[in-house]
Amino acid sequence: MIRFFVVALLAFAAVATAQKKSGYEFSSRETQAMQDDDAANPGFLWVQQGETLWNRRDGAAGKSCADCHGEANNSVRGVAARYPVFAPEAGAVIDIEQRINRCRTEHQQAKPLAYESDDLLALTSFVGKQSRAMSIDVAIDARARSTFERGKTLFEQRQGQINLSCSQCHDDNWGKQLAGSPIPQAHPTGYPAYRLEWQTLGSLRRRLRNCLIGMRAEAPPYESADYVALELFLMARAKGLAIDTPSVRR
Amino acid sequence: MPRLGSARSPVKCSAKALVLAAALVSSANAQELRPYQIVGDAIPQSLTGAKGDAARGRAIVVNRQVGLCLLCHSGPFPEDRLQGNLSPDLTGTGARWTEGQLRLRMVDASKLNPATIMPPYYRTRDLTNVAAGFRNKPILDAAQIEDVVAFLTSLK
Ligand code: HEC
Ligand code: HEC
Repeated sequence: MIRFFVVALLAFAAVATAQKKSGYEFSSRETQAMQDDDAANPGFLWVQQGETLWNRRDGAAGKSCADCHGEANNSVRGVAARYPVFAPEAGAVIDIEQRINRCRTEHQQAKPLAYESDDLLALTSFVGKQSRAMSIDVAIDARARSTFERGKTLFEQRQGQINLSCSQCHDDNWGKQLAGSPIPQAHPTGYPAYRLEWQTLGSLRRRLRNCLIGMRAEAPPYESADYVALELFLMARAKGLAIDTPSVRR
Repeated sequence: MPRLGSARSPVKCSAKALVLAAALVSSANAQELRPYQIVGDAIPQSLTGAKGDAARGRAIVVNRQVGLCLLCHSGPFPEDRLQGNLSPDLTGTGARWTEGQLRLRMVDASKLNPATIMPPYYRTRDLTNVAAGFRNKPILDAAQIEDVVAFLTSLK
């Protein structure tokens, strides 16, 4: 009996993992081709700019990111696969954008970069690119637990005038057509992403805002900790999928 | 600062102002949302007391910013290729349902199926974190509901 249970559970887990799909798999062939070719992927303009910024001295301390971290492909490889993380010095869970801005203010003594500014997107996608093809694996330890739970609540509650939850689209109806386009599973593998509709690169926060606005819900300001909570929840939910930033999305 | 998940941003104000604000909101609601009576699984009476206009109703249904219907539904709309398949096709709805049944499904489908994803088109209560511009407003007003009901009834 117990053995039957274990076998059944294993079978269930296998199906659940096999069904986990990156947004890439819901993209059209043309969009996939654009992402597959680094020379055609417009996101690489930001990655290149990010590399320049990584090596440029800035702030009153006169240091570059490279002065502290050295070669990015060694030092920040894997970061995008395990963030957001609880940062004791911040006393909170923070995402990569917040880490970059902490490095700027604490170590470079430079001004923080604004959300969705080209420079912050450039550094974020340059850091993210060093984790390409690595499996997502965030840790939800005791210090991150309440942030994770907040994200889960936000994902599962109905909201907005349309009265839908994220989960009703992305868990219950993924793969179906919403106004003629497939609903993806909402895995945050590819952010920052070059979105054809935006005609530019944008952060995960911006993507989340788009869904909230579609639900006619109040999207909190970019600084809100609620985005980090959703990011943490989404990353935990995407465990095992490969990072593919900078991705191209419709 | 509005937060995801809270119905309203926490505004500090005196108890008197709160009472006044509550009164204003409820009178705005009372003006906007007309009372209706559910009989069985239907709302037999028109919300406006008049019959809707099917042609206007069709325009509402195909409009992505107004009706939003084709996000989820498909139907007899050959001019519009971008339709949804989250929900039943609307072809023949007028043969399957009476006018009163369709009115209740439009006004608040959750009265029939609490887990439905069909938005409540004529309800302003028990919603969470509604964007400022849409707060205390139904998705469609009473006349628009009647127009859509008239159109759906014509889909035989
Ligand atoms: C009514 C359906 C619907 C709801 C509700 C919804 N989304 Fe989405 N979401 C979509 C669709 C459709 C897309 C992809 C469409 C596009 O790119 O235009 C998407 C894309 C996404 C993506 C990007 C996935 C990728 O691979 O690039 C994320 C992340 C996401 N949604 C998260 C959320 C969160 C979090 C919520 C709730 C706050 C939410 N969504 C609510 C329909 C929805
Ligand atoms: C977000 C998804 C969604 C949107 C938007 C939506 N519906 Fe629905 N609708 C549904 C679902 C799902 C059902 C199936 C019954 C249920 O789950 O309650 C349904 C059921 C119906 C039915 C009953 C159909 C039948 O044959 O059983 C009608 C009629 C209908 N909808 C009309 C409309 C109209 C008209 C609009 C726009 C003004 C609209 N719907 C918008 C999801 C939606």
